[in-house]
Amino acid sequence: MIWLILGALIAAAAVAVVALPFFRPAPDEAAADEAVAERRLELIEERDRALAALKELEFDHRTGKIDDADYRELVGPLRRTAAAALQALDALGAKE
Amino acid sequence: MADLGRAALVVSFLLTLYAACAGTYGALRKERGVADSARNALVAAFFSTAVAAVVLALALVNHDFSFAYVSAHTSRDLSTVYALTAFWGGQEGSLLLWLLVLTGYGALAVMLNRRLLRDLIVWVVPIVGAIAAFFSFVLVAVSSPFVTQTPPLDGAGLTPSLQNPYMVAHPPMLYLGYVGLTIPFAFAAAAMISGHTDERWIVATRRWTLAAWMFLGFGQILGAHWAYVEVGWGGYYAWDPVENAALMPWLAATAFLHSVMIQERKGMLRVWNMVLVALAFELAVFGDFLTRSGVINSIHSFAKSSIGAWFLGFVVATAVFSVVLILWRLPLLRARTKLESALSREATFLYNNLLLVALCLTVLWGVLFPVLTDLFLSQPRTMSRPYYDFFLRIFGLPLLLLMGIGPLVAWRRASARALLRTLRWPIAAAIVAGAALVAVGAGSSRPGLIAYTFSAFVLTTIVVELVRGTRATGSLLQLVGRNRRRYGGYVVHAAIVLLALGIAGSSAYQTNVERQLKPGQTTKVDGYRLTYQRFQRTPSATISGRQVTNTAVLGVGGRGHGTLDTSLVESTTLGPSHEVGIQTDWLRAQDLYVILEQQNADGSVLFQVFLKPLVNLIWIAGFVFLGGSLVALWPDAREQRRLVARLALARG
Repeated sequence: MIWLILGALIAAAAVAVVALPFFRPAPDEAAADEAVAERRLELIEERDRALAALKELEFDHRTGKIDDADYRELVGPLRRTAAAALQALDALGAKE
Repeated sequence: MADLGRAALVVSFLLTLYAACAGTYGALRKERGVADSARNALVAAFFSTAVAAVVLALALVNHDFSFAYVSAHTSRDLSTVYALTAFWGGQEGSLLLWLLVLTGYGALAVMLNRRLLRDLIVWVVPIVGAIAAFFSFVLVAVSSPFVTQTPPLDGAGLTPSLQNPYMVAHPPMLYLGYVGLTIPFAFAAAAMISGHTDERWIVATRRWTLAAWMFLGFGQILGAHWAYVEVGWGGYYAWDPVENAALMPWLAATAFLHSVMIQERKGMLRVWNMVLVALAFELAVFGDFLTRSGVINSIHSFAKSSIGAWFLGFVVATAVFSVVLILWRLPLLRARTKLESALSREATFLYNNLLLVALCLTVLWGVLFPVLTDLFLSQPRTMSRPYYDFFLRIFGLPLLLLMGIGPLVAWRRASARALLRTLRWPIAAAIVAGAALVAVGAGSSRPGLIAYTFSAFVLTTIVVELVRGTRATGSLLQLVGRNRRRYGGYVVHAAIVLLALGIAGSSAYQTNVERQLKPGQTTKVDGYRLTYQRFQRTPSATISGRQVTNTAVLGVGGRGHGTLDTSLVESTTLGPSHEVGIQTDWLRAQDLYVILEQQNADGSVLFQVFLKPLVNLIWIAGFVFLGGSLVALWPDAREQRRLVARLALARG
């Protein structure tokens, strides 16, 4: 019997934990424009990818995995991609 | 006490069901209160499941035979530690462990990410909730560990081969791995349902995948060592369906851990990564189905039961769910960039992925073959060892080579000239190693020779990478600290090389002879002198049956020294089992491995003797693998800060 009572207590505790959020006031959430936020996130990821790729290219060059000619050829487009992502972010009005 | 366990499981079922239903409603209607309530239900389910687990653990430790599960898997003479291992020794207990780990992982994952990934978590909760609801339903309605009975005087006992220290750690380790793959699957599915397929789900789940992969990998090594010392057939991996069931999700997760790096760096392979996450999860559940359904014969599987149909239904339902989700979100997952060159780091990752998935599917075909032939031809045909060994060589050796080439190839595009320059030392090391092996007579096995040559190549690659990286950054510690994932990965590569050396050495170059000896007789095996000294017969009795331990003592001379015991245990209730005699020569990483096959009427004993060169490298590889995985797993505060900053910027 005592075990059943303990079981009932567990069930009651579970109900209390589950019901808790309904008794809390809903927090204020700024309703950001989801489509804009999504686009910004996409551009930030693009920018970060380009910057990480530049860093990686630099490291590969220093460790001899990539020669000077290839390095010069690859670095330009990567810089342009990073710059384009930054410009697009600026255009969306994002603030660093 | 069983009532408390039963009540706790019913509460777990209701909570997880609520998490699934209310969570879906809250996410669809964007009702934050409902979504938070569902999240709390998932967290609470962990605690109620923990209560059920404590009840079963106490019953096992106290030998409470009023629990049918306790009497079926333990006996009074069983020590407390082994009584506790019976928790996962049977169908119902292992299911409870699965649910405990699942709700624990789920609660931890949602609590850790509830602020940063709110838009994903609202969907993670109902997905984990639905999966946990299935397992708790099975525990409540189909296969309960809390069935009671009139207590017998003693229990049936635990199979002697399971009374081994490895059985304390091996199954829970595998469960942590299998169940851990649910979390990346839930996040991937949440990303697809919510349409937020940016990189956050990958960053959030990379460590979960790594942890699950580490547990699964290390668990398999522990299982291999258990089979080696306990099962007594002379090997450590038998391509048994249940062993393969753990290998397949590990292979899929390995492919994912590599291909995810391409998505992070280039935004490519987004569909492929979703497929791999779903595949790893499906294979983990399929492995669970194989072990529990009784459709295949394995020493690792549980007895045939009605549970199989439920699991088959679950495997099919989750597979359909994954396929529909991926097809639905295909337009969103399309890559925006292309592979720039077939000679680049990302291309080598792609080749590695293809080989890993090919190996995984080959193993899957081998596992399914007897089931399908039984179904369609009414006569099960099994795929034997040569099938698996053949494909392991076909896909495994190129994988080993790629492990050496990959790290030395530049991202985006590499020129053949630069690549040859960076590869000159590894190639030289491979040629020298190959020539030296042929010179000492190790050319008898071509696969063995290739494996050793490739291993020398990979090890030199790792050394070259560390030397060049240290030169470029000025310090080895700084180098590793700046990119723990990469250098942890190199340590794991070193572990795989050790594994390859151990497997090649112990299989391609092993000695295996049978010797029948009478007391006092001596035989020689490859420099070892073995003298059969004496035989001991130790009977013992329990309420449930009788057991006789037959032990032969061998004196070891020559390359070895001292004595070696090997036993054959005959139990009236649990059948025969072996205790293998092993003497290790650490200088050669070699084992002298002796099995007592049978005792004859004339007093002679038939021994099977193995010499296994380099076998101990396999166990060492396990610990190196663990170390490398932990380095890669270590939390990175910079990454977390980057994620927070990204999100803040995106939300304006």
